[in-house]
Amino acid sequence: MDGFYGGYGLVGLLLLVGVLFVTVAFVANGLLRPTVPGGDKTVTYECGVDPVGEGWAQNHIRYYVFAYLYVVFAVDAIYLFPWATVFAAPGFGAATLVEMFVFIGFLAVGLLYAWKKGVLSWV
Amino acid sequence: MTVSDVLEAAARVVGVLVVFLTLPLLVGQTEHKAMAHMQSRLGPMYAGGFHGWAQLVADGVKFAQKEDIVPAAADRVVFKIAPAVALIPYLVVLVAIPVGPGNQVGQALDAGLFVVLAVMAVGVLGTLMAGWASANKFSLLGGLRTAAQLMAYELPFILAAASAAMAAGTLSLPGIVAAWNPWWLLWQLPGAAVFFVAGLAELQRPPFDMPVADSEIIFGAYTEYTGLRFALFLLAEYAGIVVLCALTTVLFLGGWHGPFPDQLGWLWTLVKTLALSFVVIWVRVAYPRLREDQLQRLAWQGLVPLALLQLAVTGVVRVALG
Repeated sequence: MDGFYGGYGLVGLLLLVGVLFVTVAFVANGLLRPTVPGGDKTVTYECGVDPVGEGWAQNHIRYYVFAYLYVVFAVDAIYLFPWATVFAAPGFGAATLVEMFVFIGFLAVGLLYAWKKGVLSWV
Repeated sequence: MTVSDVLEAAARVVGVLVVFLTLPLLVGQTEHKAMAHMQSRLGPMYAGGFHGWAQLVADGVKFAQKEDIVPAAADRVVFKIAPAVALIPYLVVLVAIPVGPGNQVGQALDAGLFVVLAVMAVGVLGTLMAGWASANKFSLLGGLRTAAQLMAYELPFILAAASAAMAAGTLSLPGIVAAWNPWWLLWQLPGAAVFFVAGLAELQRPPFDMPVADSEIIFGAYTEYTGLRFALFLLAEYAGIVVLCALTTVLFLGGWHGPFPDQLGWLWTLVKTLALSFVVIWVRVAYPRLREDQLQRLAWQGLVPLALLQLAVTGVVRVALG
């Protein structure tokens, strides 16, 4: 299997094998295990006492600012990969390097700004 | 496609599957024994006779015979498929990791590093699904902590990996190993450290195990799991250790490069991977658990700036040396 996409045939095959592995494991499990429905075992676990309210409780997501920050940075980081393969090739050199510093500079200034604003502390 | 092509593809898939099912167990058993001895215990001694070598096999047999219990309040479908979502990505990732020179790799992918990072990120979804679908307060808290952790480590992880790609000038994992040279150990040291620490956080291994902190939230997202599904989550954790250590080996420690002829390259990959796995175990015994806010601070004020600095250094050195 050749070519840029050809190699992914094997990756897809392995994905299928993975699904098959899990399926076989559960079929074997189905043949081997006892099935005794009912009783208290399907009650939600709360240290042994009867559960209070439902499990999907309301919660303060303290890290939502980190989440925003993460999305911004992760999208930026993706652009590094195609660039990483060519930046040192003949004919690029110094110009691409300066571009990289502009890029990293944006990231760093963004991070410093967030830091200064006190966003990087857990509230 | 000829018969030999089909046979070769089958052999590669079977090879990857065999590695996937043996190395994590080896790491798990090593953890049992190494941890025990570091804590002045013996660890498992009975199963299999010799120093309890078959303990994990016995565990597996036990898990396979346990009843399949889904909590009444749970979101059944999501609850059931979550372990598979956590496990299968690590199997798929293994195919792209080169063990030796030439064609000693499951499949050489041109964008291998990119694929590996993308597929590994899927595994965390399994934990998030488990945390939500269990309809349990402990699980929900564990899932939220997992998500918070994801924010912290993913960026430094990707940036450090990008540094290796820049140093080699390719995204192909065999290509990166081929371009490796011993002086990378110094040049890429900050990147390697960031990659490994961020990887530990991804795997929720101590000292970054607050999502499963047993003394606080029972077992986090896996609280309601039992039997085979629980076993799959555990297997995912240990497969994750193998994948992280193998990736660190390939990106930063030179993979199959070593003092002996190239025919022994696979042995070097294995030795380096297992040595790093031992470090993972060692760290678990040696350090106390961080809090989630401490991890955020470590990541955003330590790992991310360090990774950015590494990118700058890598870029300058690469262009300066031509």
